[in-house]
Amino acid sequence: MRRLGPWLMAPALLVLVLLAVVPIVGALWQSLFHETAREPARWAGLENYARLARDPEARNSLLFTLQFVGTSVVLELLFGLATALVLHARFRGRAWVRASVLIPWAIPTVVASWIWRYIFDDYSGVMTYVSDVSWFASPFWARTIIILADVWKTMPFTALLILAGLQTIPDELIEAARIDGAGPWRRFKEITLPLLRPAILVALLFRTIDAFRVFDLVFVMTRGKSGTSVLQYQGYKALFDQQDYGMGTAISAVVFLLVATMSVIYVRTVPSRLLEADR
Amino acid sequence: MKGAAAVIVLCSVAPFLWFGMASLKGPQEIAQRPPTLVPRHPTLEGYRGAAEKGIFGWMANSLIVAAATTLLTIPLAAGAAYALSRTRIRGRRLWLGFVLAASMFPQITLAHTLYGMLQAVGLVNTRAAPIAPYVSLTLPLAIWILASFFREIPAEIEEAARIDGAGPLRILIRVFLPVAAPGVFTAAILTFIYAWNEFFFALVLLTRDDVRTLPPGIATMPGQYTFPWGEIAAACVLATAPLLAAVALLQRRIVSGLTSGAVKR
Repeated sequence: MRRLGPWLMAPALLVLVLLAVVPIVGALWQSLFHETAREPARWAGLENYARLARDPEARNSLLFTLQFVGTSVVLELLFGLATALVLHARFRGRAWVRASVLIPWAIPTVVASWIWRYIFDDYSGVMTYVSDVSWFASPFWARTIIILADVWKTMPFTALLILAGLQTIPDELIEAARIDGAGPWRRFKEITLPLLRPAILVALLFRTIDAFRVFDLVFVMTRGKSGTSVLQYQGYKALFDQQDYGMGTAISAVVFLLVATMSVIYVRTVPSRLLEADR
Repeated sequence: MKGAAAVIVLCSVAPFLWFGMASLKGPQEIAQRPPTLVPRHPTLEGYRGAAEKGIFGWMANSLIVAAATTLLTIPLAAGAAYALSRTRIRGRRLWLGFVLAASMFPQITLAHTLYGMLQAVGLVNTRAAPIAPYVSLTLPLAIWILASFFREIPAEIEEAARIDGAGPLRILIRVFLPVAAPGVFTAAILTFIYAWNEFFFALVLLTRDDVRTLPPGIATMPGQYTFPWGEIAAACVLATAPLLAAVALLQRRIVSGLTSGAVKR
């Protein structure tokens, strides 16, 4: 009877293999062929990747994707840490503050995109009234607004992860340091921050992986115009607009490799924690 | 701290409220300079327009897709979570790693082959199409949450059921799921919200308007060059309202689910 237990995992694994592993292998294989809606498949080796490396549009998408990931993740961690520290303090109405912080997280990304698109709109936007700039015509501002919208939307998640980390730090530890004469900044730097490291690391890795998959914001706000195309959007256009399957799957292979590298680091950090807690 | 908390609340709530106000303004008031904070001439024109574009049909589709995803994901995840947390399984670390990694695959990498597979079985442009990737993408988090709840269940309860002659499946259904009900509930909410909000696969797999879910419906609502802001805002408010209700009612569950596994309790 005991033997049967592990088999309860089989249905879930079957689904994951069929709907996650098979499609990825399929995409990597397809990226070695030249195929479009009109031309039949022929072996192309690494030709698609060579084409990709020469394509200025693809290079721009890669560049903005990296900028997006770097900037938004750093800002989310900083604001998330600050927010978590505030939410950790005791004050009246804290439950309400925590609930309101969750609002941007719960809003669909498509809706968040429209909100910020509206605020900076050329004709009706309140920011255009404040300062007469054609925001989405400028690559710098278009990129900045997309990053701003992402930080707004996902900061609650990093704040909650860091808050959960804060709650594991025993109050006595901080109290002892206070009695020893350590000021607030020293207590934060010498005790809180080092003990928060695991939570911050998890938030960092998780957000980095997720940021590489940015798509909704770009689709709704700019459709990739003004230098705001990202890898997932570039891949979407190649696969579903231009029906250039070789090129599209080559782009998706690049996204996969970037995410997979981060995932390997993540997976090596996290399950050990779950196992440690095991009986 | 109070001042900082007020700034946080304002930043979180104001952008959405501002857009919500736009949903109650007519086109003239939306174009008006200086902009008005509270609508001077409130109108439901935007909501009528959103209804004409088909928002309630998309909402029904979203409800069907999200409910079906949840009903499929939770039983599959429960089995896997039981096996991973309570049985002697070889290479558990590897399996856990695989499950975690599977949730991180980029959508675009799955899209091409998945589209072909679903087309081959005639499911593209049916409500069943996005459910397939949603189940595989929500499984990992659900497994994670359930496993962390199952771990807390005392071994004696399991032992007692086993002595009564119950097999693993019976123990899972009769003992673990009821005892871990809060965990099951949390996993179900997060799965539902994920499916309700997902955009990429819905956009790619549902191109006919009658099967569309909310996100692709709303994202492609306006024409190429004009933005009917009142209608867009109204549609966005309607799509978000159920989620805000969920957050208000279930805040604690959502927070515990999001952070489970990330931080040792």
